[in-house]
Amino acid sequence: MAIKFDIKNADLFYGDFQALKNINLEIRDKEITAFIGPSGCGKSTLLKSLNRMNDLIEGCKITGSFKLDGVDIYKDIEITELRKRVGMVFQKPNLFPMSIYDNIAYGPRTHGIKKKAQLDEIVETSLRQASIWDECKDRLKKSALGTSGGQQQRLCIARALAVKPEIILMDEPTSALDPISTIKIEELCQQIKNDYTIVIVTHNMQQATRISDKTAFFLHGEIVEFDTTEKIFSAPSEQRTLDYITGRFG
Amino acid sequence: MRANFDKQLDQLNLLLLNMAACVEQIIAMSIKSLEEQNTELAQQTVEFDTKINDYEKEIERLCLKLLLQYQPVFADDLRRVSTALKMITDMERIGDQAADIAELNITLIAQKKSWDLGEISQMARCTAMMVSHSIDAYVNHDEALAGAVIASDDEVDNLFNRIKSNVIEQIAEDKSKGEQAVDTVMIAKYFERIGDHAVNIAEWVMFSITGVHKEKKIM
Repeated sequence: MAIKFDIKNADLFYGDFQALKNINLEIRDKEITAFIGPSGCGKSTLLKSLNRMNDLIEGCKITGSFKLDGVDIYKDIEITELRKRVGMVFQKPNLFPMSIYDNIAYGPRTHGIKKKAQLDEIVETSLRQASIWDECKDRLKKSALGTSGGQQQRLCIARALAVKPEIILMDEPTSALDPISTIKIEELCQQIKNDYTIVIVTHNMQQATRISDKTAFFLHGEIVEFDTTEKIFSAPSEQRTLDYITGRFG
Repeated sequence: MRANFDKQLDQLNLLLLNMAACVEQIIAMSIKSLEEQNTELAQQTVEFDTKINDYEKEIERLCLKLLLQYQPVFADDLRRVSTALKMITDMERIGDQAADIAELNITLIAQKKSWDLGEISQMARCTAMMVSHSIDAYVNHDEALAGAVIASDDEVDNLFNRIKSNVIEQIAEDKSKGEQAVDTVMIAKYFERIGDHAVNIAEWVMFSITGVHKEKKIM
């Protein structure tokens, strides 16, 4: 697979605190890449850097290069264009207080799509892709906030898919969900991986083994090891990775 | 959490060492009962197999409990627990075969048959050592020792082939020795199988340490 994101010599500072240290990472197209590591290790910080979510944080300074399809996302891409191409799903569902339909149509509308027939099609396709169409097709005009936590998270994924991104970033997308909803999200990731590049931060290491192709283990702002998920969880090269995945620390 | 898990892994090692000691003992008992033509010892050997079966069940229970409670699914943790489950099956089979030898011995003594064990005693000593070294290799993560066990099976196989050739020569010399010769080959074959089970154990120990089983990477 081609390289989608190419991160080179990246450092990130929050004021005096260095949250990322000399990150070098290649994220491949149409693969699921998992970021694992103890709390505060920098995995979410790196994830957010991939669609410039750190820009608004005061005192945040980023150096090095973050290239998407060879183009520097901090220098040569408009942020609105970047956010269209790189969608994000957060730990807790963050739907707008509006109907299911309007939540999903929100992105396409902001990108200028006005025709109802076209919006109808986008909404249905996105909801089907997110495996939630059957559950909400009869209540599209009802408030999205009236659905369960697991459904809301899948609606968030549908909303992200509606603008046809190339990459979806997921920051602990199932940590607030029950096991059934978690499995649904994992199955959804597997179903859409042929069309999207997915980067997921997770504390659930078994989840990483179930869904990801590659895994990066972070510690104290560094990537200790990056390899195939199978290798990381069966025979990691670094002792620190082994100690973390087997619960000896963290 | 991890400290409790490590404590139970130590318990698993202890149980495996105890089971291996029993396996060594049953091999020693079976060969001694043959050498001494001792019915009582042969009977004790058959009964002693129950102890090995009990260890198998106890270790199975502990492994399943560890899987359930700690879900040790990553890297060497999973390999250690799954290897233990594999090794005890082979150790249990060795116990069965030593007991089978003893049962055969009881029948032979009852039929007042006597024979020359020849190199069978050496086969027994060799296989007992293979089992002992396999478990030591598991407990101490000793890849070289596991490899040495696998290599030493050649010696057991050579002994078996020599015994077989001798038997064929004996039959050629004196056909009346045919029945005794068959008994000798059967007993030798039991020990040869015990050697194979010891090799299986060592191969799983290799997997536990390296993730490679019989030269194939399986985890």
